[in-house]
Amino acid sequence: MIRRILFALVLVLPGPALAVTVEKVTSPGGIEAWLVQDHANPIIALEATFAGGASVEATPGLAHMMAGLLDEGAGPYESQAFQGRLEDLSIGLSFRAGKDELAGSLKTLTENRDAAFDMFRLAITQPRFDTEPVERIRGQILSGLTRELQNPNAVASRAWYKAAFGDHPYGRPGNGTPDSIRAIKTAALKAHAKTWLSRQGLIIGVVGDITPEQLAPLLDRTFGALPASHPALTVAETTMAGGRIIVEPRDIPQSVAVFGAPGIKRDDPDWFAAYVMNYILGGGGFSSRLTEEVREKRGLAYSVYSYLLPMDHAGILMGGVATQNARVKQSLDIIRQELARMAEHGPDESELADAKTYLTGSFPLSLDSTAAIAGLLVAMQADKLGIDYLDRRNALIEAVDMDQVKAAAKRLLDPDSLLIVVVGKPEGVSGNP
Amino acid sequence: MMRMWRDWAAMATVAITVSLPAQAQVFNPVTKTLGNGLQVVVVENHRAPIVSHMVWYRVGAADESAGKSGIAHFLEHLMFKGTPSVPPGEFSKIVARNGGRDNAFTSSDYTAYFQNIAADRLDLVMKMEADRMRNLTLAEADVVSELEVVKEERRSRTDNDPAALLQERLEALLFVNHPYRRPIIGWPDELNGLSRTDALDYYQRWYAPNNAILIVAGDVDPAKVMAMAETHYGRLKPEKLPPRLRATEPPPVGARRITLTDARVKQPSWTRLYLAPSQHSAADKTQVQALEVLGEILSGGATSRLYKALVVDQGVAASAQSWYDAGALDHSTFGFHASPRPGVTLDRLEGALKAEIARLLKDGVTEEEVRRAKTRLKAEVVYARDSLHTAARVLGEALTTGQSVADVEDWPNRIAQVTTAQVNAAARAVLVDDASATGLLLPTANQDSHR
Repeated sequence: MIRRILFALVLVLPGPALAVTVEKVTSPGGIEAWLVQDHANPIIALEATFAGGASVEATPGLAHMMAGLLDEGAGPYESQAFQGRLEDLSIGLSFRAGKDELAGSLKTLTENRDAAFDMFRLAITQPRFDTEPVERIRGQILSGLTRELQNPNAVASRAWYKAAFGDHPYGRPGNGTPDSIRAIKTAALKAHAKTWLSRQGLIIGVVGDITPEQLAPLLDRTFGALPASHPALTVAETTMAGGRIIVEPRDIPQSVAVFGAPGIKRDDPDWFAAYVMNYILGGGGFSSRLTEEVREKRGLAYSVYSYLLPMDHAGILMGGVATQNARVKQSLDIIRQELARMAEHGPDESELADAKTYLTGSFPLSLDSTAAIAGLLVAMQADKLGIDYLDRRNALIEAVDMDQVKAAAKRLLDPDSLLIVVVGKPEGVSGNP
Repeated sequence: MMRMWRDWAAMATVAITVSLPAQAQVFNPVTKTLGNGLQVVVVENHRAPIVSHMVWYRVGAADESAGKSGIAHFLEHLMFKGTPSVPPGEFSKIVARNGGRDNAFTSSDYTAYFQNIAADRLDLVMKMEADRMRNLTLAEADVVSELEVVKEERRSRTDNDPAALLQERLEALLFVNHPYRRPIIGWPDELNGLSRTDALDYYQRWYAPNNAILIVAGDVDPAKVMAMAETHYGRLKPEKLPPRLRATEPPPVGARRITLTDARVKQPSWTRLYLAPSQHSAADKTQVQALEVLGEILSGGATSRLYKALVVDQGVAASAQSWYDAGALDHSTFGFHASPRPGVTLDRLEGALKAEIARLLKDGVTEEEVRRAKTRLKAEVVYARDSLHTAARVLGEALTTGQSVADVEDWPNRIAQVTTAQVNAAARAVLVDDASATGLLLPTANQDSHR
C-alpha cells in the first residue's frame, strides 16, 4: 500500500521522556501529598479527595448537595463574601461528590497561594450552610433534575443505573430525586460534612509553582484541623444485573441507547488487558470496531462508544449509541455482534499492536494542564499505583499479550449479559422484564 | 457554588468555541508567511513533549451558497475520506497509531483541523494535513454514508433538544439578512440534499494555502517548525480566492420574539440576543473591550450582577448569565439566558431580567465593579497560558476573524485602559430593544407530569 511507503510507522515506544517528576511531600503533622513542581507559570493547582461520596449518604443527593454548598460560605465569610473573595483573588475553588469519594479542586495564582489554601481550609473545616445558600442550591438542584427529564441521555443513564444496581447505593441517582432533595435538612448537610471530611483516606495532589518546603506547612494548616478518621465504610461489593432491555418511551426523532455489562475493577490483575481490549472494541474513536461498523460503514450514528468504569465496589463496561428510531434495532444488533466477535476471536495482531502504540504514545497528551496533572496524581494514589507509575505505566501496557486480551474479551463480553436502556420511539425493539 | 449546565448554548454552533477572549502578551508567538500565502504561527510550551498542530481555514458556514446550508460542516467530515496517498478513514487511524488524537470543528467564520501528538510526530501530521489541503478525493459511497452520520449529528444536537431548536430559530430571527442566521449544521431539507459535487466545489473554491493558517503549539523549536512547514506546505499551489460575499444586515427596526412550546420541555427558559459589534467589525474598537468588561461584571461569577440579583437576592432564577464573544468576522451577539427557580413563572423571571437590564442602562456600572472585573480578566491571561491547546485555539480564532497576532498580544493593554464611562456607553449603545430577539421555551400546558 502506498500509505505504508508514505507513512511508514516508527514505533513510539518506549515513548518520549515525560519530563515530570513526582515527589512525595510529608508535612510535619504527617499529612502526605504528591507534588509535581512546574515553575514555568505562576499557577498552582490542588486536587484532593476524601472518603465518602454518594455511596455512604443517608438520603439520595445529600453528598451532592453538601458538596455544592461547601464554597457557599465558610468561617467568617457568608456566601457572597466568600465568593467575592475567591473572585477578587482569581481563585478557582469547587467541590463535587462522586459515587465513592468527595473531591475538591483549587486553582490559584502563586501570589495568592496562602489565601487560596486558607479558603480551601475554611470550606472543608467550617462550612456554614446558611439558609439562603441552602435554599438556593436546593432550587438549582431541583431545576437541574427537571431539566434532566428533557435530556434523553440523562434519562437513559438514570434508568440504567437503577435497573443495574437496584437498592445498592450505586443504583441511586447521585443528584437525588425531587422528593429526596426537598426533604434534606440543614442538620443532615452539616452532619455529612463533619463525618466524611476527614484525614482518613485523604488523598492530595499538587502541581505547579510551589516547592516541597512551601507545601509541607500548608498541608498542616489546610487539612490539620480535620477529624482524624471517619466511620467504617459499609458499602457492599456488588455486581450489576444484566440480560434485559428497557424501553423508556419518548416522542423524539432519535433514540438514545446506553448499554452495559459487568466489568472489572481497577485492582484486577486483568485490568490492562481489559483496557487494551476495550480500546479496540469501542474506546478508540475512529480506530474502534464499533465506530467502524456502526458509523463508518453504515452511517448509523454520529457517536458510538464503550468504556470501562471501575468503581470501589463494582466494575462495569458501559457504552452508548444514538440513532434514528427506525435504525435502533440494526445498531444494537451490530453492537451485539461485535461484542460476540471480540469475545470469540479477540482482536487481530495489527489491532493489538495499534492499540498499544496509541495507548502508550498518547499518554503524555494527558499532561496538558496543571489541573490535569493534579487529577492524575490523585488517581495514582487512589488506585495504589505507586509513585513511579508514570515511568512504569507504558511498560505495563506493552506487556499485555494476545492471550491476555482474548481472555479479557471472553470474560467481559457476553451479548446476553447486556443491560440496555433505550429512550425514544425505537422501531422493532421492545423491553423485556 | 453549583453551576447550571448550559447545554443549550453549545447546541447553537457545531464548533466548540473558546470562551476566552483573545488573551495577550501571553503566547509570544513567532509568525511567518510562506511564499504561497500560508500564515504560520508557532507558540512554544515545553511542559510535556507534545505538540498541537492545527490548520484553520478562513471559511465557514456564513460563506456557503444559498440553498447549501451545512456544506461547510459536511466538508469538514469529508476531509477524513481520503486522498490518493491516504485511503478513506485512514487519516485518524494513522494519527492514533502514532499516539495522537485528532478532530475538527466548524463555525460560521472558520473551519479547523487539529492533531495533538508527541512532538516527534509533527512531521508526519504536517505531511498528511498538507496532503489533504489539495488532494482530497471523494468516493460517492463515502459521501452518501457520511451524510447519514451528519443527519444523526443534527438529530443529536438539535432535533432531540427543544432548547437547541429554539436557539437555532432565535439566531435566524436576530439576523434578518446576514448569513449568521443559518445554522452551521444546516437546515434539514438543505442538509439532506447536499452532494459530492457540492462538497468538491466548496473544497476547490476555499481550501488553499493562501486561505489557511497553520498553528503549532508545544514542545518545538520555531525555526525547525518553519523549515518543516516550508517543506510540506510551501510547495502547495495558491488559488485565486473568491471574495467572501456576506450579505449585510440592515439596521434593526424592532424587537423580535419567539415562543417555542414543546411537550418535551420540562424546565422553561428565557433567552435574549442583542446584535453587537465584534473585534473586527466594530467602528469604535474601545466598545469591544468595554463589552468584555461588561460581560464580566454581569456574569463573571457568583457575585456578578445577574447571579446576585436574580439567583441570590430575588431568588427568582435557578441560573442567570450573559455572554459576549468578540471573535466574529462580522456581527457578534451579546446574550442573556435564565431559567426560573421551581415555582416561579417565566413571566415573573422575564420581568426581573428586564428590570435588571433597565437598571444597568439607567444607573450604569460602578468604578469598583469595573476595577474588579479588570483584575479577574488579567488573571485569566495567566491561566490561559497554562494549556498549549488554549493558545492554539485563541490565536486561531482571532486570526480567522479578522484580527492580527498583534491584536491578540495587545489585549491585556486594551482591557487595562477600559473606563467606567466606556462600559456604560457601550451598554447603552448595544443593549437596545430594537436590536434584540427574545426566545421563550415553554412546556405544553396540561401535559403528563411524569414525562
